[in-house]
Amino acid sequence: MSQAYEISHLLAGVMLVTSFALLYQERVAAVLNAFAAQSITLALAVAWAAWSDNRPDLFITALIALTLKGIVIPVALHRTVARLGIHREVEKVVGVGAALMVGLALTGLAQALVLKVATGMASHAREDLALALAIILLGFLMMIVRRNAVTQVVGFMSMENGLILAATGARGMPLVVEVSVAFSVLISLFVFAVFVFRIRERFDTVDLEALDRMRGDGR
Amino acid sequence: MTRDLVVQFLAQGAQMAFVLLIAPLAVGVVRRVKARLMRRQGPPLLQAYLDLAKLLRKESVIAESASWLFRSAPYLIFALTWVAAALVPSFASGLMFNWAADVVALVALLGAARALLALAGMDVGTSFGGIGSSREMMIATLAEPAMMLIVLTLAIAAGTTRLAGVADFFIAEPFGVRVSLALSLISLVIVALAENARIPVDNPATHLELTMVHEAMVVEYSGRHLALIEAASHLKLVLYLSLLICLFAPFGMAPATAGLSGWAIGLAAWIAKLLAGAVLLGVWEVSIAKMRVFRLPDFVGVAFVFGFIAILLAFLTRGVFA
Repeated sequence: MSQAYEISHLLAGVMLVTSFALLYQERVAAVLNAFAAQSITLALAVAWAAWSDNRPDLFITALIALTLKGIVIPVALHRTVARLGIHREVEKVVGVGAALMVGLALTGLAQALVLKVATGMASHAREDLALALAIILLGFLMMIVRRNAVTQVVGFMSMENGLILAATGARGMPLVVEVSVAFSVLISLFVFAVFVFRIRERFDTVDLEALDRMRGDGR
Repeated sequence: MTRDLVVQFLAQGAQMAFVLLIAPLAVGVVRRVKARLMRRQGPPLLQAYLDLAKLLRKESVIAESASWLFRSAPYLIFALTWVAAALVPSFASGLMFNWAADVVALVALLGAARALLALAGMDVGTSFGGIGSSREMMIATLAEPAMMLIVLTLAIAAGTTRLAGVADFFIAEPFGVRVSLALSLISLVIVALAENARIPVDNPATHLELTMVHEAMVVEYSGRHLALIEAASHLKLVLYLSLLICLFAPFGMAPATAGLSGWAIGLAAWIAKLLAGAVLLGVWEVSIAKMRVFRLPDFVGVAFVFGFIAILLAFLTRGVFA
């Protein structure tokens, strides 16, 4: 196996580890830092793919990932958390240990699934795909097991990181799609942000449990 | 033929002596680094040897309610840990007892030592020892599966569970970055921290604190018994450092066919790496705070998670599921 592949595989593995770090953290600030670390690793992975496969358009993807998701969004979320003055602890539906175990099961599921579905692919492309799918599923899990709106946004973003990783490995996502995905994510962040503030105004909390009790029949 | 056997025997004996002799020095280095980073003078490097010598001279006080188990446990713990530490290849991979240096055997030896220590902690009947034992077992139930997963990952990669075989494989293999190996490295580091009662799992520098684990179990021991238990815990530190070195940084280790000069190089490399590991441990311990006891399952659980991912990836690489 070539060195280039091993390094890209290592970076993908580091991303998977940061996905688990997202589930493991107990404080919102630490979750945001873990997310920033994941995005920066994604940028590195994409940049490495661009350099080793000689696909310069991927450098733009890497740059977008680095500036937008590595710096802008984490900083914006940090400021949001500070402005909202919400709990600094992550509010959980299930405990950290249970979430990690479910995450493990999902990682295993992703691998088994990719092995069954993508039988014709080269083994290293298959491995990268399995890692990316695991990251996506862990993002889903993050959205499910965390009640706070900010951490759900992070789960969504980390899912998107997994998508970009999969697209990089698949060798064929056009730049236009790439850019539009990046911007749609940015827009969705704004939508989320607006929602978070609206939810807070209405319920004095960003705990989404409050929405369950809300029936919509006006004040 | 006979001469060969004698040389082999001496080399194995030298390894057993080296791990025993260098263990207190490694502990001294860790303590010294921690002290200097806290801008304290710190104890001299050889303090651990002096402590052991002093304890060996002192009378051993035994509680009235203690049974034979309490008295025999220190010797057994020390012997088990010493054998385990001597099995890990340190300076050469082709020593006499290498056929026995199987990771599974290693885990079993350490597990037996731990069980004895936990029993001894409960033997006298003080609540403090009981707390220590129960916590030790809680950590062990999480750390041991993680350790087994790491072992299996390496066995899949190298095709053997013999430590020397794994080390030979990684010396021969050209430089390679494998995710599963990186993950098992992290996992093994966490297990090593937990097993050696290091920060953030336990604080080895305190004696009377409600959250302590290892010290709580041995609180009833004194004199030569305490010296043996302390020596065993020093040995365990060297064991885990050697294990990390042997599995993840085996360069410099003398291969099976090397002569005396190869062994000398291997020995120098091993001691340098061991001390570097001790310095890193000291820096790590200063830069992190001790965790709450109830947070520990999550922390040690991370080792299990990483071990599990590592083994999944190792399987995936070899397409075992397919």
